[in-house]
Amino acid sequence: MSAAEPLLRFSRVGKEYGSHIVLESISTQVQEGEFVSLVGTSGCGKSTFLKMLLGTEQPSSGEAFLGGKPLAAEPGPDRGIVFQKYSVFPHLTVQQNVLAALEFSRSPWLGKLFGGAKKAALEEVALWLDAVGLSRAKDLYPHSLSGGMQQRLAIAQALIKQPRILLLDEPFGALDPGIRKDMHQLLLRLWSQHKLTVFMVTHDLHEGFYLGTRLWVFDKTRHDPQAPDRYGSTITYDLALHLNNQQAVQEIAEQLDAADVARLQLSPSTGDSTHA
Amino acid sequence: MKRWINAWPSRPVAALLGALPFVLVFFIYLWGSNLRLQENPNDKLLPAFSQIGAAMDELVLQPSARTGEYLFWQDTQSSLRRLGLGVLAAASLGLLAGLLTGALPMLGAGFTPFITAISLIPPMAVLPILFIVFGLDELSKVMLIVIGIAPTLMRSVYHNCRELPAEQWVKAQTLGAHSGQVMLRVLLPQLTPRLIDSVRLSLGSAWLFLIAAEAIASNDGLGYRIFLVRRYMAMDVILPYVAWITLLAFLTDFALARLNRWAFPWYNPASRH
Repeated sequence: MSAAEPLLRFSRVGKEYGSHIVLESISTQVQEGEFVSLVGTSGCGKSTFLKMLLGTEQPSSGEAFLGGKPLAAEPGPDRGIVFQKYSVFPHLTVQQNVLAALEFSRSPWLGKLFGGAKKAALEEVALWLDAVGLSRAKDLYPHSLSGGMQQRLAIAQALIKQPRILLLDEPFGALDPGIRKDMHQLLLRLWSQHKLTVFMVTHDLHEGFYLGTRLWVFDKTRHDPQAPDRYGSTITYDLALHLNNQQAVQEIAEQLDAADVARLQLSPSTGDSTHA
Repeated sequence: MKRWINAWPSRPVAALLGALPFVLVFFIYLWGSNLRLQENPNDKLLPAFSQIGAAMDELVLQPSARTGEYLFWQDTQSSLRRLGLGVLAAASLGLLAGLLTGALPMLGAGFTPFITAISLIPPMAVLPILFIVFGLDELSKVMLIVIGIAPTLMRSVYHNCRELPAEQWVKAQTLGAHSGQVMLRVLLPQLTPRLIDSVRLSLGSAWLFLIAAEAIASNDGLGYRIFLVRRYMAMDVILPYVAWITLLAFLTDFALARLNRWAFPWYNPASRH
């Protein structure tokens, strides 16, 4: 444990809805610059955990700190988010979508910039559109963009605010495998260029392994078949992922995959196409 | 032979099928009118088109002997002004109340039950109150339209507001927007085209309330005229007036649909089909 305060600290955090316990006793720390992948079966609470980070859900017990301060109880500009869908504003063009991110803070009353201030902001917007490869689509509305382009836009929109942490909620789940690969490259590039701290929920283990520097598996440690809601999930695996232990990573991936498949009684849908 | 559920008409066939009921009604009328007029040339129930033309000529093209006005155009202007004012006021109220109650949970909790209750009052039942409070001239007629359709519009804007994806509300907050900015830049622009759609649906009710108010207390207006000439069984005026009102309603609806497509290209993009 480092002496400095970590960027994010969870101390015995739990979440329950009435008698339905979703998460229990989560204690962990995350340093700046880490890329944490959150995986687990559906209903394991990984999305609930992300919502607590986001501020749309509050912990029922325990304490959570971001940068030494208690985690805010509502979403704010220090935490960027990219959802699987509906992440961009359909009534704004690509350029306006990213511009709005700047306008909210720079124009406190109307949330709209004019004249020189707008011109300056548009130059910043252009840099980010270029970074995600959307310069040529800047005047299009989101409905005429492909799924991958919409997610690129959502990423640019989130990152122009320079959030302390970037939250990704199954951001590539609805994309074709080829497009998903491109998005992985884009995300890794932006992550290393801008020293981002990322939390990504994914149902694709391979994606989690491939992108993350750290992998959390959410699962229940205790299970009462008579009362399935009695015990919540916690982080059962906390793995540091390095490029030099790809071999180990792959083995664990296959193990977890097999467990996952056995539990869900489904056939694997993704194959190993996302492995580098 | 394809199943009937898969038998789609081609464009010209669809146009033909669409025109068929109109043509059919036209000829049935013609046939009925001839039949009755043969029996009694003074029959008033199904006037011939020549009789309708003569009656309307007086109202449309000749100035009234009493006031010097062209009654048909005077009626149209008065009715459209009342309708326009009423619908505009109702739409503004609907947008404002729907946005505020939809966006701010405190206001929503405070006013949604009240608005629901108000919307259940039959507007025609409060018409006497309107006449007593606002007098018998223009204001009470406009108010009937407002009271008739504003609550529905408020409720529909409220529901549209709540139905905007939660992701967008959260996203705006993560971009640093405060409540006012979320309302102004995220909700309002997305609710406006939906409001126009709701207005299109409530135009039928708006006409209903307009004609009712004009029938009961007025000196001009399309509804006034119809109910006035009813005393003389003047079908030769009533029928073309009804057709004219229908045409006006259709044109208003068409214009609003066009406005929505032109002003909000991102909304309901038809180009995808």
